[in-house]
Amino acid sequence: MQFGIFTVGDVTTDPTNGTTPTEAERIKAMVTIALKAEEVGLDVFATGEHHNPPFVPSSPTTMLGYIAAKTDKLILSTSTTLITTNDPVKIAEDYAMLQHLADGRVDLMMGRGNTGPVYPWFGQDIRNGIPLAIENYALLHRLWREDVVDWEGNFRTPLQGFTSTPRPLDGVPPFVWHGSIRSPEIAEQAAYYGDGFFANNIFWPKEHFARLIELYRTRFAYYGHGTPDQAIVGLGGQAFMRKNSQDAVREFRPYFDKAPVYGNGPSLEDFTEQTPLTVGSPQEVIDKTLTFRDSFGDYQRQLFLMDHAGLPLKTVLEQLDLLGEEVVPVLRKEFAARRKQGVAEAPTHAALVQKRDAALVAG
Amino acid sequence: MTVIAVVSAGLSQPSSTRLLADRLAEAAGRHLAAETTEIRVVELRGLAVDIANNLVTGFPSPALKEALETVERADGLIAVTPIFTASYSGLFKSFFDVLDNTALQGTPVLIAATGGTARHSLALEHALRPMFTYLRAVVVPTAVYAASEDWGATSGDGLASRIDRAAGELAALLSRAAPKRPAEATLIPFEQQLAALRPFTTG
Repeated sequence: MQFGIFTVGDVTTDPTNGTTPTEAERIKAMVTIALKAEEVGLDVFATGEHHNPPFVPSSPTTMLGYIAAKTDKLILSTSTTLITTNDPVKIAEDYAMLQHLADGRVDLMMGRGNTGPVYPWFGQDIRNGIPLAIENYALLHRLWREDVVDWEGNFRTPLQGFTSTPRPLDGVPPFVWHGSIRSPEIAEQAAYYGDGFFANNIFWPKEHFARLIELYRTRFAYYGHGTPDQAIVGLGGQAFMRKNSQDAVREFRPYFDKAPVYGNGPSLEDFTEQTPLTVGSPQEVIDKTLTFRDSFGDYQRQLFLMDHAGLPLKTVLEQLDLLGEEVVPVLRKEFAARRKQGVAEAPTHAALVQKRDAALVAG
Repeated sequence: MTVIAVVSAGLSQPSSTRLLADRLAEAAGRHLAAETTEIRVVELRGLAVDIANNLVTGFPSPALKEALETVERADGLIAVTPIFTASYSGLFKSFFDVLDNTALQGTPVLIAATGGTARHSLALEHALRPMFTYLRAVVVPTAVYAASEDWGATSGDGLASRIDRAAGELAALLSRAAPKRPAEATLIPFEQQLAALRPFTTG
């Protein structure tokens, strides 16, 4: 099982002192956070892709390429890559390039973005949101698997004898997750291709995501990729920790109360009760995260949202120390002890190469 | 068993909005034969903070979820609001804003309102009726408005007879309506989604 962090890349004023980082400070902070993730033994760093303020990460492969050069083990991913408004040809090339530079430590998560207006910024029409996600990914899937592609679709100019370059590292495309907050169509798409399905799982109660994951597992089996247990599931999560639970609550409350997504709404106590957010001791984070398995089954990747709502970099780095030293080692052990037989391993480039070679030998 | 949900957005206690809601429910029960009718009342006042939180977070608290499910699962609905500033109260509207927009599809609904003066009675026709029409509910022809003065009126074409006529219309619709079944999510198989996208020009 893989553990890591995902970031939205928001520039938010720290509500406790009124300071707002510059874009430059926030971008450098994201890199520092990624490097810290590797240092404390996490497996994955994923960045969002956004094209509207107050978010800074519009150009994920630039950032991930830089982080790749400064890390050795960390898997670099996205949360999410906009399959609707990016040209699939450019995604195919950018991420294959990144794959080579990072020696295969790359995967990505497809999503449809957080705001309607993004569509016209890139020449697309929001009314085609789902069809774009389907057609663009169908093309991307081929571009990574076929050296020469003839293609014609509804949303971009046709391709004739086109080769996307560079070819994927070792001839094996990056692993793909499909992220969705509400659309069963996307769970169905992930199942069809035998790709991973990632449930954001941070802002809403778990029952909502349990339904989507159940659908994905059932359809994964229907399409012949394995048993429902073998489907590849990733989950988000969100935590704020201090050794002492009361200290965590006291310190996080002003950030919670003003947080861009849920601030000025329910109390911290109600929200932690009703959603996967944990504010407390590392043990409480461990306990809550272990319950995810009860709701969603054995899963392959757990990503935590740690740097948002204006938390200072220093605080985020302290959070990562706690996550890496006290939470994740226990979670690795406990999840491994509970895992059912035959559950899929978390996807890595090496494993995908091995699987491809085994399939070739088997003919 | 016919289940009627009653949504009351009255704010004071006791509330004339709740009083009107209870009288409508009682009358509907009478028309339907009370022993086979179950009335489930949802008072929005106690859910006011939860409704506001739902607007902010996008999901309901457990108590609000139960109220929304009560409305969603009911065979019929009696919806009663005080008229504030020429329309339904914000609390009443917000409750229906957080209700799934397919929850009332085909559901018979009786609309009613209270106010200090009869001059606002058409708010039922220009605000509540179109809102429930948008939700694809079936709104009964008689909407019941009770101004302060109506509570003192005697028989004739007063409040009591309007309550009775509206409740009778609701009962008639309910006795004809097929029992409500929970909407099932439809899944479009992926091949079909892909096929729908094939450009016309390729063979």
